[in-house]
Amino acid sequence: MTPVTVAFWGVSAVAVATAVMCITRRNPVASALYLIGTLFSVAVLFVLLDAQFIGVLQVLVYAGAIMVVFLFVIMLLNLGRGGPGDMKGPVGIATAVLLASGLLLQFRVLRQAAPPEAIRLPEGALVALQRERGVVGAVAGPLFGEYVIPFEITSMLLLAALVGAVVLAKRRL
Amino acid sequence: MLLGPALVVSAVLFTLGVAGVLLRRNAIVIFMCVELMLNAVNLTFVALAQRIGVAGHVFVFFVMAVAAAEAAVGLAIILAVFRHRESVDLRDIDLLKG
Repeated sequence: MTPVTVAFWGVSAVAVATAVMCITRRNPVASALYLIGTLFSVAVLFVLLDAQFIGVLQVLVYAGAIMVVFLFVIMLLNLGRGGPGDMKGPVGIATAVLLASGLLLQFRVLRQAAPPEAIRLPEGALVALQRERGVVGAVAGPLFGEYVIPFEITSMLLLAALVGAVVLAKRRL
Repeated sequence: MLLGPALVVSAVLFTLGVAGVLLRRNAIVIFMCVELMLNAVNLTFVALAQRIGVAGHVFVFFVMAVAAAEAAVGLAIILAVFRHRESVDLRDIDLLKG
């Protein structure tokens, strides 16, 4: 067990624990705060998996911007009180058993998961690329080269979302 | 190499998100669970990018942009529904039920 592996499993445990708390809390504000914990832990996992730039984006965009929007809507609708519990009963147990058995099946497959030989890069190729071009440059190269058209379409998507959100949320145009 | 462990963690997180979406009745909490599922998929992308190439990081970038747009539009829809029904509980939104 290298230090990175130990850190990985520790942070993973935090991520799963906060995710469980997020889906079981009755109060939406508590759910949102636990979800922020999960998002931070996943950002740390990204850094441990050699994706430092994505980890920073995760903290800025997810834990920062998106969660602020969620908390803002909870505040706007005055939903700060917990509702009745809705995870009990036979339906809840049946769903949990079904999902757990699916998860066990996935574990069996994922234990020996590996990308196919034909497209696999040599060990450490990503780190070498990041050392050569910089952590941001390694992502920016393909983003503004090979994937520039999807990138431009993303701007249209964000504009459409902006207009759509204003139209939907406005009382009267 | 942490590929296997990362895929396992992301499977657990995704399943927790699915459980939340299926079992919770509060529309905003369901939205948060959708974000959790998107995050689990991002973790898969980043884990596989170590062996397949940096394109996985680019895909995470696009997923984040789509998630931001989805959150903005979805929360606007919840606001509009709340204005009609005075509730975000999905049991109260049953217009299509016979």
